[in-house]
Amino acid sequence: MNIKRLNWPLWVGFVLTLAAFLTYFFVFVWFPVTRDFPWANLVIFLIAGVLLFMGVRRGFTSEGPHRTRSKIVSSIVATLGLVVFALFVFTIFVVGRWLPASKGAPQVGQRAPDFTLPDTSGKPVSLNELLTTPVNGRAPKGVLLVFYRGYW
Amino acid sequence: MDKFNEAGIRPVAISVDTPEESRDLAQKAGYTFPFLSDRNAEVIRRYDLVHAGAGASGQDIARPAEFLLDTSGTVRWINLTENYWVRARPEQVLEVANLLEK
Repeated sequence: MNIKRLNWPLWVGFVLTLAAFLTYFFVFVWFPVTRDFPWANLVIFLIAGVLLFMGVRRGFTSEGPHRTRSKIVSSIVATLGLVVFALFVFTIFVVGRWLPASKGAPQVGQRAPDFTLPDTSGKPVSLNELLTTPVNGRAPKGVLLVFYRGYW
Repeated sequence: MDKFNEAGIRPVAISVDTPEESRDLAQKAGYTFPFLSDRNAEVIRRYDLVHAGAGASGQDIARPAEFLLDTSGTVRWINLTENYWVRARPEQVLEVANLLEK
């Protein structure tokens, strides 16, 4: 394969769409700045989109014996790139919002419901203990309950 | 983390994970605050935070949520995110924590 004929914008663009998708979950999700709104990933998608567009143009203007093939290949690859982008937008902006309303959750000013649950060593811990056991050698000022999805 | 310590705030993480899973997670992340295991989502249900069937094999899990309590156990601040990719940031919590009385 000759480097001149290789439609590099198309393939680089496609690899970038995959990178834009995956880096969110493996890299950017760990930093609040890039997690809360995935701008870094959208920038990568934008660059990928430009490259894919260039690739398709190249595929459709190519001369030579493989011109039909390059049209088909560039169309398919660009479509797959769009699908990856759509999947990303769907996952972050649509699936992320599928959360219960939690109208019955404790409100500001209300007493937090008491509980006792095992800690990592299996020892039962009550909310009351959490509220009274010293933090940093002093009486605690407060407790931050963080409910999370877990890794199930 | 140290900032929470300094502020006298004890973070407590709660999920449906087993104590073992939580221990691995806490160790890997280097967290020293308590991780509590609510296997059957009973406390999660009492707090109305059940995300029904959202677990990997369809079990009930917690939706992400944060509650700041004062030492009397009264809720002083809540964060119920509308998108689970968006979470409370430590700075936000510390800001509110500084308003709590001794």
